[in-house]
Amino acid sequence: MSITVNHISKSYKNVKALEDISFQVKEGELFGLIGPDGAGKTTLFRILTTLLIANEGSATVADFDVVADYKKIRNNVGYMPGKFSLYQDLTIEENLNFFATIFGTTIEENYDLIKDIYVQIECFKDRRAGKLSGGMKQKLALCCALIHKPKVLFLDEPTTGVDPVSRKEFWDMLKRLQQKGITILVSTPYMDEAALCDRIALIQNGKILQIDTPQAIVKHYPKKIYNVRASNTYQLINALNDYEYNHSVYPFGEFVHYTDSRKDFNPKDLIDYLESKDLSHIEIGKTEPTIEDTFMELAK
Amino acid sequence: MNKNNVIEAQNLTKMFGDFTAVDAITFDVKKGEIFGFLGANGAGKTTAMKMLIGISKPTSGAAKVAGFDVFTNTEDIKKNIGYMSQKFALYGDLTVKENITFFGGIYGLSRKSIKEKSAVLIEELGLEKVASKLVGSLPLGWKQKLSFSVSLLHDPKIVFLDEPTGGVDPITRRQFWEMIYKAAHQGTTVFVTTHYMDEAEYCDRVSIMVNGKIEALDTPKKLKEQFQVDNMNDVFLKLARR
Repeated sequence: MSITVNHISKSYKNVKALEDISFQVKEGELFGLIGPDGAGKTTLFRILTTLLIANEGSATVADFDVVADYKKIRNNVGYMPGKFSLYQDLTIEENLNFFATIFGTTIEENYDLIKDIYVQIECFKDRRAGKLSGGMKQKLALCCALIHKPKVLFLDEPTTGVDPVSRKEFWDMLKRLQQKGITILVSTPYMDEAALCDRIALIQNGKILQIDTPQAIVKHYPKKIYNVRASNTYQLINALNDYEYNHSVYPFGEFVHYTDSRKDFNPKDLIDYLESKDLSHIEIGKTEPTIEDTFMELAK
Repeated sequence: MNKNNVIEAQNLTKMFGDFTAVDAITFDVKKGEIFGFLGANGAGKTTAMKMLIGISKPTSGAAKVAGFDVFTNTEDIKKNIGYMSQKFALYGDLTVKENITFFGGIYGLSRKSIKEKSAVLIEELGLEKVASKLVGSLPLGWKQKLSFSVSLLHDPKIVFLDEPTGGVDPITRRQFWEMIYKAAHQGTTVFVTTHYMDEAEYCDRVSIMVNGKIEALDTPKKLKEQFQVDNMNDVFLKLARR
C-alpha cells in the first residue's frame, strides 16, 4: 500500500475537522478526495505530508509512519498545496533549481519526469513566479513538486478556480504522471473530475460518506432519477419543491433532476401536477445518476 | 439607451501598455436577465467587469450601466449596482447582523429600513441561530449566500457576481442559484461569471470571451446547436482554445 490511513481524527478547538477517517491507496493509483470547502481535505493532506499531527489514529505514506518517520516521508513525497506557495520573487527557473537543490538533486537528473509540463512554461523561465498567470503558476508548482522524483504526489485542490479547458489539460498531465508509476492523491470540489480517478472518497464535514470506484458509486444510487424541463425553470423548481411526493429536486444544467418518494411513481402524475401549476412544454425522462447526484443524496 | 437594456457596451476596450486585455467588446444585457459571462482564466473577464462597475476607466469605446456612463458617471453606477467578489468581502470579525447594518449604512439606507431588511434577510437565509455569530466562523456556502443578499440590500438594478460558487458544496451551490433565479424573477438583472459549466445552462444568455474578445453570445440552447454539441462544457472546450 502506498498510503494507509487508520482511524484518523483531528480537532481544532471545538471544531472536528476529521472524524475517524480510514482508507488505503494502492501503489500507482490515482485516488480522489471529493468534497466541498470545509470538508477536511486540507487537514488530511497536512497530516499525511507530516505538517500536522493527528489527535487520534495512525497513517503511513510509502510505508513510513507519518509521525515516527516524518523525515523519510518528506524525501519521498511531493506536495502541491491549494494556495500557491512558491517564491514570488524568484523566476521559474530559480524556483525549480531551488527545490531541486533542497532535495539534493538537479533539474537535469529528473528532467524526464517534468519535461511534458516544463516545456509549456520554459519560454517564460526568466519571468518571476509572481508575474505568471494562474495556469502557469499551477504548472510550475507541479514541476517543483515532482523535481525530486517522489513516490507519492499530494495535490490539494489543484484545479479550484481554474477554467474547464485548463482543468482538462491538467488532468491529462496527471494521467501521464500516473503511467510513470507515481501514486497520486488529489482533492477537488469539482464532482465531474471524480470520474477521472481510479477510486474516490466522498468527504463532507470531516467524515467519509463513501469510498469506491466512480462507476460503483453511481451504481449504488438508490433512486430513479428523472430529467424534468419546462417553459420556465424558476417556476418549475418552485412547483417541484412544493410537490408533496418529491424526494429531491436539484437544478442540473438544462434540466432539473427529480426523484420521487413513492415506490410506484408514474411520471404522468407529475405532468398533471405541473400542468395544474400553469407550466407548459413539460418534458420528463429517465436519466443516469452522476457522482454529484450521489454526493447530494449522501450529504442530505 | 434602450429602456429595456441595463447594460449597453460598444467596442469597449482596455489596454495595459501595448497589451489589449479587453478588445472592443459589444453587447447588451436586458432588464431581469441572467447573463452568464464566461471565459478561460486570463481571457479578460475580470478586467471587463471592473470597467462595467466603474472602478477601471476604459481605454476606448463606450458603455452604459443602469443608465450611467462608465467614463463620466462612475459614482452613480456604484450606487445602482450590487457587486459580489469571488474573494469573500464581508467583515469576518463582525457578526451577521453587524455586517448587514454596516453595508446598509454604506449604501445610505435608513435605520428603520436596515432593521426591516435585516430581519427579512436573516429569516430567508435561515440564519436566525447564527445572527449574532462572527461571520468568519460560518461555512463558505453560508458566507456566499449572505454576501449575495448583502449585495442586494439597496435594491440595485443589476448585480455583478464574480465566481460566486467556487468551491461551494453541490447542495448549497444549487440553493445559491435558486436565490439568483428569485432575484431575476423580481426584476434584478444578474451578471454572473462561473467555471461550472452546468451553471452556464441556468443563464438566459451566455457570452464566452477568448483572448479579450467576445467570441460567442446567445442562449445556451442556440450555442449548443451552433457548435453541434450536447452541453456547454463542450461549447467552451471548442471555443476557448481555438
